[in-house]
Amino acid sequence: MTMRILIQRKVFPARAQAPAHIVFERFSLDLAEGEICAIVGPSGIGKTSLLHIVAGLDNDFSGSVEGRPRGIGYVFQQPRLLPWRTARQNLQLVIPDCPERAGDWLAQVGLAGSENVYPQRLSLGMARRVSLARALAVEPKLLLLDEPFSALDEATAKSMQDLVSAQLKRLRPTTLLVTHHWHEAAALADRVITLDGSPARIVDDRSIRPARAAE
Amino acid sequence: MRAADIRSGGSWQAIASVLLFIGLWQIGAVFADSRLLPGPAAVLASLIGEARNGALFHHLGITLARVGVSFTVAMVIGAALGIALGLWRPLDRWLNPWLVILLNVPALVVIILTYIWLGLVETALLVAVALNKIPNVAVTLREGARALDRDYAEVAQVYRLSPWMTLRNVIVPQLAPYLLGAARNGLALIWKIVLVVELLGRSNGVGFQLQSYFQLFDVPRVIAYAAAFIACVLLIELLLFAPLDRRMEAWRR
Repeated sequence: MTMRILIQRKVFPARAQAPAHIVFERFSLDLAEGEICAIVGPSGIGKTSLLHIVAGLDNDFSGSVEGRPRGIGYVFQQPRLLPWRTARQNLQLVIPDCPERAGDWLAQVGLAGSENVYPQRLSLGMARRVSLARALAVEPKLLLLDEPFSALDEATAKSMQDLVSAQLKRLRPTTLLVTHHWHEAAALADRVITLDGSPARIVDDRSIRPARAAE
Repeated sequence: MRAADIRSGGSWQAIASVLLFIGLWQIGAVFADSRLLPGPAAVLASLIGEARNGALFHHLGITLARVGVSFTVAMVIGAALGIALGLWRPLDRWLNPWLVILLNVPALVVIILTYIWLGLVETALLVAVALNKIPNVAVTLREGARALDRDYAEVAQVYRLSPWMTLRNVIVPQLAPYLLGAARNGLALIWKIVLVVELLGRSNGVGFQLQSYFQLFDVPRVIAYAAAFIACVLLIELLLFAPLDRRMEAWRR
């Protein structure tokens, strides 16, 4: 089922010194089931806001998101691990039916041995990997990745990309990947859209390979 | 004894300071040579005497039960009210002035009015104590609820955690320091108020005993009851609050 994102208007209200700002106006984006779409564009243009709207976390806009699949995995820009739960417990929380799989997922992101470590004792890169494992562990139908490989060293970023790529092939979730790096987009996505302007609009929309769903 | 020392299971400085105090007290008592300032030995003798005839445990038990019930009622109502005020701004706008008023009404006025309106009964005591404490708990928990991190709530929402899982794993851990702070302050305040309420309108409990021995000018027994009660509160701190505190702090760097 195609997911249809239609944003008539999304405004950031005026705050302190900053005036009100229209982020999106008459913005639409259709995503085919299983499509992997990368979003690139300058900082502050509204990429993260778009992911929040798609995830259903931001309902303060006029418009709609139709066909949103149930079962979302979200790698936030910051890892957002619950600091009072260990790495393993953070995963177990989202897979209560099969908590024993938490250890496997941590091993897959290279964190075997760190299962009982609290997030504050993890480096940012390690915390990001736990966050990625959490998003994949739920076997999502909709995967939202907000700069998932930032704060990782080159080798780890490559191995995480390979892991994500393998899981995308296995699970085939509809995916939105926000990135600043074309090589990440090219490595993972079927389609790359470029946002620019204020309000943000799609200035480039190109397929870079046939959608996996159609393979 | 400082709370931090108690939390860390005590320290030699804390023990030394208590021993030093007892030494100074003994010296002061010897020099004063007055029945108004008995020494530690006289107080200990009174304590043992009251324990042997059973009066100490009888009255201490009654007071502890009153403290326990009032504390529980005040914590439950105060926490629920505080969280509601923190999360729901219109309710806060309506009730905030009353909270400020109740925070500043003298405890004695609440106690007297409660006894007048409800009579010299057990319920009046519990109501008076709880009314004195609920605003403090509510204000503390209101701050806690205001400080809840929206980022974690969004994680719970995205991953569709059940309300119970969200409460247990996301909300309570964030409120825990506020709950523990309110509980510590609450216990300290409540047992003092319970003694006053007992003194004014009950015929048993540590407060009643203190009043009786005050009228007899039996200072050793007054200090003995106070010391016994302080020992109980310290035990609660050591056996309940300190372990809870350590458990809560385990995740911090």
